[in-house]
Amino acid sequence: MADTEKIIEIEVLRYRPEQDKEPVWQTYKVPFTDDMSVLQGVQYIKDYLDETVSFRWSCRMAICGSCGMMIDDKPKLSCKTFLRDYYPGKLRVEALKHLPIERDLIVDATDFMKKLESIKPYIIPKEERTLAQGEYLQTPQQRDMYEQFSSCINCMLCYAACPQYGLNPKFTGPGILALMHRYNADSRDGGQAERNELGYADEGYWGCTAVGYCSEVCPKGVDPANAINQNKMNSAINYFTRFITPGGADK
Amino acid sequence: MSNRRPYVRSMDGWWKRDAYFVSYMAREVTSVFVAAYAVVLLAGLVRLGQGEAAFNGWLQYLTTPWMKVFHLIVLAVFCYHTWSWFKIMPKTMPIMFVGGKRVQPGTITGTGLAAAVVACLAVLFIVGGVS
Repeated sequence: MADTEKIIEIEVLRYRPEQDKEPVWQTYKVPFTDDMSVLQGVQYIKDYLDETVSFRWSCRMAICGSCGMMIDDKPKLSCKTFLRDYYPGKLRVEALKHLPIERDLIVDATDFMKKLESIKPYIIPKEERTLAQGEYLQTPQQRDMYEQFSSCINCMLCYAACPQYGLNPKFTGPGILALMHRYNADSRDGGQAERNELGYADEGYWGCTAVGYCSEVCPKGVDPANAINQNKMNSAINYFTRFITPGGADK
Repeated sequence: MSNRRPYVRSMDGWWKRDAYFVSYMAREVTSVFVAAYAVVLLAGLVRLGQGEAAFNGWLQYLTTPWMKVFHLIVLAVFCYHTWSWFKIMPKTMPIMFVGGKRVQPGTITGTGLAAAVVACLAVLFIVGGVS
């Protein structure tokens, strides 16, 4: 049996750089069924009401990390958020906070991508092994040390949740620092010294003031706040021991 | 020529935007009260160094109505301070395993709060024993 058709109001923060001096709200009336996500609501707008509305999306199942937006001021994946939870009220969608709006619901991710590349988000083998030597072995507990941090889908919701990033975009930010920890905490990896120069810098772990909202909004349970703050101790030890360890003061 | 004109939104009043940020700011503000109370205790130490009469004067001052109100406010703020910082404590600790099982955040927070309660009771007991 088909659901009775209901209508929900979706307010979209529009920004068309060629005509808008600043973003403006525009309201659309969208018919929906209980199984429709917010993403589907926005897609309905584009397909039937206003083809000029721009947004990113791809997988529709919370794995590609493209469709993040502010939904009633909370950073969420729009494919994983349902219209029925806002009915009979209306809902507001806006581009992810703290990132520049490129157009409508699309943010400029240049800064994020540059930072992602800078932390070398790949395993730098601790020891080179030949094929004949076999695979790099790891115990389940060694895997547990990094596994949750490896679930990041680069959706940038944590950046929209981090006021420190909003106030100072030089801060490396939650998602990327969590990924840095993901590789540093991997028993097969030997790239810590290269990455820690960024991690221990002012813009690294210390830019975080433990607001903790990043971990709340993460759709994949990564817990960036934990990844970042557990490194502050290591960073402090490194700071105070660099004078007594050979070659330590050079950095 | 590029038509790009990325729009950067203002951060004015950011902490009022979300209840989560308000509770974060409340946690941070409690640290000011901790510092203020440290000043009160330091003043006591200075008075102690100036002799018995000076120290008794400081003790007397603590019993004035204003100081009693101040202490009640500080007590309430300290309770929030203790709770909010132990709540964030699991985020600051490396992943730990006990008996092969991961220690849950609630256990870390609970242990911290229990330690705080025990420390408070111990101090009260010692002070009670002395006076």
